[in-house]
Amino acid sequence: MTDTPVTEMSFEQAMAELEQVLGQLERGDVALDQSITLYERGAALKARCEAKLKEAEEKVAAITLDSDGNPTGTTPADIQ
Amino acid sequence: MDMIDDPSEAGNSPEFSVTELSGAIKRVIEGEFGHVRIRGEVGRVSRPRSGHVYLDLKDDRSVISGVMWKGTASRLQTQPEEGMEVIATGRITTFGGQSKYQIVIEDIKPAGMGALMALLEKRKGMLQAEGLFDESRKRPLPYLPDIIGVVTSPSGAVIRDILHRLRDRFPRKVLIWPVAVQGERCAADVARAIAGFNAMTPGGALPRPDLLIVARGGGSVEDLWGFNEEIVARAAAASEIPLISAVGHETDTTLIDYVSDRRAPTPTAAAELAVPVRHELLAWLGGQGARMSQALSTTLVRRRQRLSDLGRALPRPEVLVEGPRQRLDVLGDRLGPALIAGVQRRKVKLSEASGSLRPATLRRTVQTARRDLDRLSARLAPALARAVAAKSERFTARTARFDPTALTAQTATARRDLDRLIAGITRAGQGQTQTLRRKIDAMDRLRETLSYKATLARGYAVVRGDGDVVTTKAGAKKAATLEIEFADGKLLVGGRASGAAPKKTAPKAPDQGSLF
Repeated sequence: MTDTPVTEMSFEQAMAELEQVLGQLERGDVALDQSITLYERGAALKARCEAKLKEAEEKVAAITLDSDGNPTGTTPADIQ
Repeated sequence: MDMIDDPSEAGNSPEFSVTELSGAIKRVIEGEFGHVRIRGEVGRVSRPRSGHVYLDLKDDRSVISGVMWKGTASRLQTQPEEGMEVIATGRITTFGGQSKYQIVIEDIKPAGMGALMALLEKRKGMLQAEGLFDESRKRPLPYLPDIIGVVTSPSGAVIRDILHRLRDRFPRKVLIWPVAVQGERCAADVARAIAGFNAMTPGGALPRPDLLIVARGGGSVEDLWGFNEEIVARAAAASEIPLISAVGHETDTTLIDYVSDRRAPTPTAAAELAVPVRHELLAWLGGQGARMSQALSTTLVRRRQRLSDLGRALPRPEVLVEGPRQRLDVLGDRLGPALIAGVQRRKVKLSEASGSLRPATLRRTVQTARRDLDRLSARLAPALARAVAAKSERFTARTARFDPTALTAQTATARRDLDRLIAGITRAGQGQTQTLRRKIDAMDRLRETLSYKATLARGYAVVRGDGDVVTTKAGAKKAATLEIEFADGKLLVGGRASGAAPKKTAPKAPDQGSLF
């Protein structure tokens, strides 16, 4: 297990650890108490993954540049 | 030439000043070479801060200086580099101040595809030697980037393709940095865009992307040439944000493709590299959830099974307590009789003990004690008499031994001793007294001889006033009575006279009288 709190994990971290938790659970060689702890952690990781998957937000913006080519801000880009 | 060599003809030739000649040459040359195309290899190139470009064009035998004014240079699609085979278009001018001529270049292009490719190969070799193409430099792309920065033209099919594919797979936030994707501004724009994205702060007002895509649609080698420029390749290599290059079609390879972290054959493919497919992940996640539940329930089922197996192996509780219960029953049965027997046994002992407990026994004991008492009290009076008699006897014996004659004799002896001692003392005392008497008498005689009374006999008298000796006339006057002592007696004056007052005392009387 990593030290990163589940709520701060990237999708990839949470995914990798979920796989790991599952592997341990499926091997069935952990104590019952620990398997319940693992299950709970797995559930938290799954929730984290779901949250990251829900963040499927499309937002497209173009950077505006000044006359010297330096960025000044963004403008919503309407590209179909 | 002959004219100059021959002095005899000098007089007929017009004379030029230097400037006039320079001007004439200038007119001839610029008139003749007002528009030329020249093919050669670029020699030394210098780019001073003025923005003009100075370069030499050369072949194996000759060299001609060239200049490209600032405006021309910035418009060029391909900047001249040393060693590049080029075709330059321009005009020849002279520079009379230094007796020089040069070509003012209005356009310069690589001399054909071969020259461009040769240039590209040269750059590749250089960057490769620097290690910029090394696999070890390439960073992994983030699995699911939050923000994707796209460096491309804001108009055109490329950005649309990318956005469509992103939307299909996993809609994300996209920041577009608009650049010219061909022409003279392309390379500088792209390099600046890559550096600009890297300069942003994660989570800032302009949030820094965690993945970059540099994209351009297909085109000719010249169209794509900007992406072969060294500044673009170096900017991509310096990018800290993982970068996907997607320039041209699959068959086009530009310099940026070698330094980018991933090369996508097309912009669409870049979008596919950038994000995973969301619904696949959702399905995968669902599967994980199911697997997890399954794994847990399997664990529980297996444990439950194991528990019931073990449970079956356990003996029944009744069996465990049967033996003890039986013992309890047996002992319980024996408990009542044991109590009764115990009571019975004590009862027997009690009746045994109480059997011998009768009044006659007590009486007998009392009688015995009384007899003892009587016997002892009978012996009491004689014993007392006997004891008194014995003590009286002892007293008498002692008194008999007490004899007064011895005491009397002792007293007589002591008296004799005493008498003798007294006699001794008396004798001694009398002796001593006589001696002392004789001494006193002697001394008294001496005293008599020394006494004033002897003086009296010689005719002197002592006058006393009121009992005290008067020695002055004043004292004598004061005295109420005067007594004059003579050798043969005293005479009181002013009272009864006991003798005649001697005349010699008269002068003394006043003196004595003054004492009163």
